[in-house]
Amino acid sequence: MVESVIERITRGRFWDFHGGIHPPEQKFLTKNKPIKQLALPKQLIIPLQQHIGREGDLLVSIGDHVLKGQALTLSTNPMVVPIHAPTSGVISAIKMSVIAHPSGLSQLCVFLDVDGEDTWRKREVCPDLAQLSNHEIIEKIADAGIAGMGGAGFPTHIKANSKADIKFLIINGAECEPYITSDDLLMMEQSNAIVDGIKILDRLLTPTVILIGIEDNKPKAIQALQQATKTIDKIKVCVVPTKYPTGGEKQLVQILTGQEVKSGRLPIHDGIVMQNIATCFAINEAVRHDTPLIRRVVTVTGQALKKPQNVWALLGTPVNFLLEQCDVENINNEKQPVIMGGPMMGFSVSSELVPIVKTSNCILVPSKTEMPSAFEKESKEVECIRCGQCSDVCPSQLLPQELQWSAKAKDYSQLEKLNLRDCIDCGACAYVCPSQIPLVHYYRIAKAEIRQQQQLDLKAEKAKIRFEARKLRLEKEKIARQEKHKKAAAARKAAMNKATPEAEGAKSAVAAALARVKAKKASKEQTSTADSPSNSSADNVDDQKSQVAAAIARAKAKKKLKEVSSDKPITNSETVNSVAEVEATSTQQTSPEDKKAKIAAAVARAKAKKLSKSTETTDKASANEEITEEISVQKTVNSDDKKAKIAAAIAKAKAKKLKNTASISDGEKQSDDAPIQNTVNADDKKAKVAAAIAKAKSKALSKANAKTAAEEKVEASENDNNGDVLPDGATDKKAKIAAAIAKAKAKKKLKETNAVEENNQDGV
Amino acid sequence: MNILLAILVLGSIAAIFGALLGFASVRFKVDADPIVDQLDALLPQTQCGQCGYPGCKPYAQAVSEGEAINKCAPGGEDTIKKIADLMGVEVQPLDDSHATGDTPKSNRPKVAFVIEEDCIGCTKCIQACPVDAIIGAAKQMHTIIIDECTGCDLCVAPCPVDCIEMRELPDTIHNWQWDLTSIPVKQLD
Repeated sequence: MVESVIERITRGRFWDFHGGIHPPEQKFLTKNKPIKQLALPKQLIIPLQQHIGREGDLLVSIGDHVLKGQALTLSTNPMVVPIHAPTSGVISAIKMSVIAHPSGLSQLCVFLDVDGEDTWRKREVCPDLAQLSNHEIIEKIADAGIAGMGGAGFPTHIKANSKADIKFLIINGAECEPYITSDDLLMMEQSNAIVDGIKILDRLLTPTVILIGIEDNKPKAIQALQQATKTIDKIKVCVVPTKYPTGGEKQLVQILTGQEVKSGRLPIHDGIVMQNIATCFAINEAVRHDTPLIRRVVTVTGQALKKPQNVWALLGTPVNFLLEQCDVENINNEKQPVIMGGPMMGFSVSSELVPIVKTSNCILVPSKTEMPSAFEKESKEVECIRCGQCSDVCPSQLLPQELQWSAKAKDYSQLEKLNLRDCIDCGACAYVCPSQIPLVHYYRIAKAEIRQQQQLDLKAEKAKIRFEARKLRLEKEKIARQEKHKKAAAARKAAMNKATPEAEGAKSAVAAALARVKAKKASKEQTSTADSPSNSSADNVDDQKSQVAAAIARAKAKKKLKEVSSDKPITNSETVNSVAEVEATSTQQTSPEDKKAKIAAAVARAKAKKLSKSTETTDKASANEEITEEISVQKTVNSDDKKAKIAAAIAKAKAKKLKNTASISDGEKQSDDAPIQNTVNADDKKAKVAAAIAKAKSKALSKANAKTAAEEKVEASENDNNGDVLPDGATDKKAKIAAAIAKAKAKKKLKETNAVEENNQDGV
Repeated sequence: MNILLAILVLGSIAAIFGALLGFASVRFKVDADPIVDQLDALLPQTQCGQCGYPGCKPYAQAVSEGEAINKCAPGGEDTIKKIADLMGVEVQPLDDSHATGDTPKSNRPKVAFVIEEDCIGCTKCIQACPVDAIIGAAKQMHTIIIDECTGCDLCVAPCPVDCIEMRELPDTIHNWQWDLTSIPVKQLD
């Protein structure tokens, strides 16, 4: 089969594809001028993603000085293509900027301030390719960041690494779209380099035959390539008739090999690989000269330009710089459209700062006489007259008018049936439409919406799976929990019913617990009576007492440890005594209500901690003062719950104050007793003021909502406890939590008041 | 005699077909109600419960049994239209009592977002999430897996510190759509 194709090609007879159009070529504008080397622009804007796939990981940061050819991103995935610094300079910014995309949306770009030196990084020129393995060559292609330069931007190293049995390697030099001449010029000027690139691909892919497809409107390029491939039998330069869209992948395959690539398949499935001319050139540069893809030929054309021409543009060059270099006539005219890509498939750029990327081959600046449609805001669309010209020209043999109706009706299932996904957006149908219907726009919208819908469906499916999984998990957890409870209950029962001493113990423990509960009730009934009737209730009180005592003892021990260096043993002993006193008082108070006792304990602990913190500076006087305070606090605690809370607040405030003084007087020696005492006294005053404030606050709160106040009290005591136990670093967190709780409460109150208001309104 | 023959022939044909149908109804019995699965496939699977059913499947079941078709707020008009087509009933506007308060200004997808400095790590939102799209542990900051979030709103209410809000997904070139308004296309009638 391959032989018959080759035979036919050598005889110069090719196949044809369905449809196609012959728009005015307009290539004369730029065709006969050499590719111009431009001066360096002041700033380059390099988008991180310039191809199909994903963006790489950034390797540079703002302020870095980069050399020409230095990689800016790292490829971590085969679908990621790295980008490189097109010249040397400093990274001035990494931010979102408008990119070459029809949406005019922004994407992350590296802004490079050019330093004008154009200093290369170290390059390793490889004179002899025979030394490199295929794997190394592919690595070089991948590292050079080469993506298909014809338009789609598919990563080249993936295409070059195909394992399939390749029959045809087709080099696409058709360049069928009007105006564009960048590949034409490249073939004329760099034919040898292109052929070297093709040889590299030949080595990687080992195809049976290599076909270079060129349209017959490029005689000079054909001549140059024929010259360059004269000695190589395997490469055939195929001159095909000019017709749009010959350059389409499937169309060119059909012209050259007669094979039709079926819907939903890629040429690679049929043993065919296609590469663009410019990509071949870039491959040669990358492999032989260690030059990454940092520049490309761009056709800057259109009759609004005085000097339309092809230029070597560095990737990232803003469009307005290119236009300046080609003397645009009415650059100040706001309405002047600038089209990126050709007139058939290109799109208007939304900003003049849009940069050149790896896939941009043409910048078209038409004059009004040349392309009036680009200047019009209103579409001249009228009703479809069912002439059928669109289906005559469709290269994919679709039914454009049917598609149009379904697209307008958003009937996506019908569009699927009509094979919308085989549409290559070539625009031939819209070009011939006598009703001037922008057919391709309708298809693009429909395609995007179908894609979106598919994504949503996928997401819905995923959500469903996760929901089901969660339900299952919850069900399992519930069963496991019930099982556990059952087992535990059974075990308890079994243990109870055994006649072992442990079981007896357990039984007695239960009995004791029951007795304790009873005792509690009893003690509540007869609060002040010292001689409680039941022994067990006394035990219970004792228990609590001992707990408080233990806490105080702990605090004491802590304090003592810190005060070892203190030269005032009397103070120590006195503090101990005082604490003992506290113990006594607190224990006395515990018997009536254990809640109170707990609060008291917390306060005592707070104080103990505070004492231990004010280590050496705390003299006898201050200690005594504290003790009196403590006692007074205890008294307040006794009165009732509300007061207890207030007392806690006071204690807290005082603790803060004392801590402050301690840190102040830390610098001073103990010999200066008087001044410290003074400060302490002053502090005492302050503390009283603070206490008053705290009292007022808590009163207000408790008035506002008794329930909330109760909660707060619990929380406050909890916080106190936590504060004692937690290290200093945790206070931050504690404060945060407190703030959050406060916020939540405020929210709740607001809601409540709102509800009340609403109710009132309803009532009215 | 002829009449007898006719009765016999017709009777035997009836018996044969009756047996065939009886066999078919046993042999090709469909267990699940396929209409429920079809309805379930139309629903957005946010599992938000705004319809009053604990998930999309139960609502699909209910619709197949005659429940109103206009209770799916996340699905919106599109879903109602599809359900109406499938069930062969009239399209109804979205039931207000099942709408999420204010009507969305845009139909852009939204996802939950945890304001991380306010999060106290209470795990309440994690328990509320129907698709396990929130990660975090007690007293640890929580965060949302954007890719898994269905935008169902269920985590917003339980948060005691109001640190979850619904944010629109940003427009990127991946989810961007060609807009009829941005290109000169005239709508004809």
